Amino acid sequence: MSTLKNKIDNKIKPLFEKGGKYENLSSVFDAFYTFLYTPNKTSKSGVHIHDSNDSKRVMIMVVLSLMPCCLFGMWNVGYQHFLAATGLNPGVWECFIYGLFAVLPQILTAYIVGLGIEFVIAQIRGHEVQEGFLVSGILIPMICPVDTPCWMLAIAVAFSVIFVKEVFGGTGYNFMNVALAARAFLFFSYPAKMSGDSVFVSLDKTVGVDGYSGATPLGQLASSTGTDATVTGVLGDPLSLSDLFFGLYPGSWGETSTLCILIGAAILLISGIASWRIICSGLVGGFLMSVLAHNFASPLYPVSNLEPVQQLMLGGFLFAIVFMATDPVTACRTNIGKYIYGFLIGVIAILIRCYNTGYPEGAMLAVLLMNCFAPLIDWCVVNANVRKRMKRAVEITK
Amino acid sequence: MGRLIKIKKGLDINIESKTIESCIKDNSTLFAITPDDFPGYTWKAAVREGDKVLAGNCLFYAKENPEITLCAPVGGTVTEIKRGERRKIEYLSIEKGGDQTCIKADESLSILQKISKYGYLSLIRQRPFDIVPQTNSIPVNIFVTAFDSAPLAGDILDNPLKEYLESGLEALSQLTTGKVYLGIRPGSGISSKVALVYEFAGPHPAGNTGTQMAAISPVNKGETVWMLDALTACRIGKLIKTGNPDYTAKIIINGSEVDHAHVVDTYFGAKVSTVLKQSLSDDKKDIRIISGNVLTGIKVERDTGFIHYPYRQITVIEEGDKNDEFMGWASINPKRYSVSHAFPAFLRGLSKPFHFDARIKGGERAMIMSGEYDKVFPMDIYPEYLLKAIIAKNIEKMEQRGIYEVAPEDFALAEFVDSSKMELQKIVREGLDYLRKETL
Repeated sequence: MSTLKNKIDNKIKPLFEKGGKYENLSSVFDAFYTFLYTPNKTSKSGVHIHDSNDSKRVMIMVVLSLMPCCLFGMWNVGYQHFLAATGLNPGVWECFIYGLFAVLPQILTAYIVGLGIEFVIAQIRGHEVQEGFLVSGILIPMICPVDTPCWMLAIAVAFSVIFVKEVFGGTGYNFMNVALAARAFLFFSYPAKMSGDSVFVSLDKTVGVDGYSGATPLGQLASSTGTDATVTGVLGDPLSLSDLFFGLYPGSWGETSTLCILIGAAILLISGIASWRIICSGLVGGFLMSVLAHNFASPLYPVSNLEPVQQLMLGGFLFAIVFMATDPVTACRTNIGKYIYGFLIGVIAILIRCYNTGYPEGAMLAVLLMNCFAPLIDWCVVNANVRKRMKRAVEITK
Repeated sequence: MGRLIKIKKGLDINIESKTIESCIKDNSTLFAITPDDFPGYTWKAAVREGDKVLAGNCLFYAKENPEITLCAPVGGTVTEIKRGERRKIEYLSIEKGGDQTCIKADESLSILQKISKYGYLSLIRQRPFDIVPQTNSIPVNIFVTAFDSAPLAGDILDNPLKEYLESGLEALSQLTTGKVYLGIRPGSGISSKVALVYEFAGPHPAGNTGTQMAAISPVNKGETVWMLDALTACRIGKLIKTGNPDYTAKIIINGSEVDHAHVVDTYFGAKVSTVLKQSLSDDKKDIRIISGNVLTGIKVERDTGFIHYPYRQITVIEEGDKNDEFMGWASINPKRYSVSHAFPAFLRGLSKPFHFDARIKGGERAMIMSGEYDKVFPMDIYPEYLLKAIIAKNIEKMEQRGIYEVAPEDFALAEFVDSSKMELQKIVREGLDYLRKETL
């Protein structure tokens, strides 16, 4: 291993350093080099020892926690496809491989465009390439319909990385969740491709079997009338609670399985990366709002007929609470603020879902809205501490 | 028995070390005083190269107040006044020799004049600003800590000077309009009639005077408090009681790289190479010698370095700059220390000894994770918001968010756990200096 490192250090590294032949690609080289070898730079000031945790590890842990959802989502894309196209389930591997090839172009597009922009900007600024996009790059395709064209995704990723993150200074400075901003960009720019009955199941030019419907459960309810809260799968069979728990229904491909999201949540909570305060208060907020909506269910607002447990398991609610609301950069940073922030996301997500029939899912807008309010909540919390300090000082001078 | 305060936020880092074998007498002949260890004043040399001095003679005086001095720890000849950029004095060294009797204190002086004249005021720190006390303000309280909770620090009162603690506290009580607080470990059996004794249980930084002050009575804008360790109080006590200044120091030498851990009996500013002679073999390479502890100490060179303030400890760890770790971010090695559960070290148990080197183990980033600092910062302050105000150089917000109450050392643990690898202590030091400059 050390001979490989010596070769890189002696022969390749000088080419990318100042005055080298590929000086303009130094950020790209540095990104790959630090990916391969942990920098052996030692401390110059302050503490002489450091904790092993760094932002690379944090981001990798988040990507790892997304893997159950990602792998299940790939399988589910294939499963929904074969159900819609043939009415049959051909087997785990066939479904998975179909799904893998259906979503791989999206994942590649997101990473190539996003990381490409990050590399260029890092080079212009003379900084190291930051790891934030490792997470956003996998999140963005996962929260989009499987039939989203790659060119749309590329535009959304570019918009999001440049105008939501880099203009504010890069990773750590963005005020809105990058992945959700890309999703919102797609939602408002190309509404026909982001909602409806035909985008959530990949049919790949085949014709669906008789009775097939590609509508998501929340989409079905949003366009229904009456007080019946029964939701159905692609073949019209009612979806049971276990179907909802395992995620066997059409939707944005990475976010349907409650089970996989809970596995991801466990990884994030055990590793201490996600805030339990945000997740717990978000669930409490969502649950209370669901109970309230259910008790005052009205035929005018069909989604309010759903049982609270169904509300929490359906659509992107849980995914948004676990993976989006907990983004440390855009969430509240004070502990008290996190409770308020999470709770309000839960409440607003269900509120939008139930009472704004124009938007079948409210989690995206709830998180983005609270992203905007997070600094205000933190300001209030910090200001309470400031007032206490000021009061103490005034008492002393008296 | 004092009132018990439990410090909940903090961290005890168990660094690989050796068992202390014995207490040995140091035979250093070269000692040096480094003016940079004493921030808050511009120090002017009071002697020239070749001058003969006695222990307790003035080596430096403060330009702003010539009564405040840094004194010679031993008798001998001034061998070098080492100057750096813009002729700034880096250190002043003395070759020990000749008469080793300490000069006797002038009994006609007041307590404050005595501790200023014999170099003890410079061993005290004031807040705000974490500097050598400014004599134009009387401290509202004085905080004395009787224990050091930092990694590998020993018992600071395991010293014959301990008998002068009460006299020292009594002298200090005459310098404040308020009270003298003494922070001790529960069960240490230290008591005082003049000081208010508080017991502090819990992890580091329970032993920091800043932590103790924050728990007892935080300083406010417009006030000044003094902070010192109990050993300095003992030295003051001895000076007042016997008239003899004392510049002896017991240095604990430990760390993963030492061959033998010792306590060395020496004086302030002893030469590192001689102090380490019996602890470290000559062929030891790739090591970092730290004067002080691993969190707040100063890196010193083996051949040319001297022990820095507070003259209590030397830690030797691996430098680690030749360690090439392949894909370290993917490591599942349980011996890789991390308080975050993102690494499996917590399964092994963080209370077990861990091997550390000086690598930063990551690239510097903007603040990404939230709440990391809060877990190891036991003050009623939002550290992240205070740091942001400092980085933005916003004086009003710095004041509001509590800059007067803090010193860089309070942020040491936060800097250790920081996954963004920011130099927090440096940021705070620069913030304090900026604020002082702007508000003078």
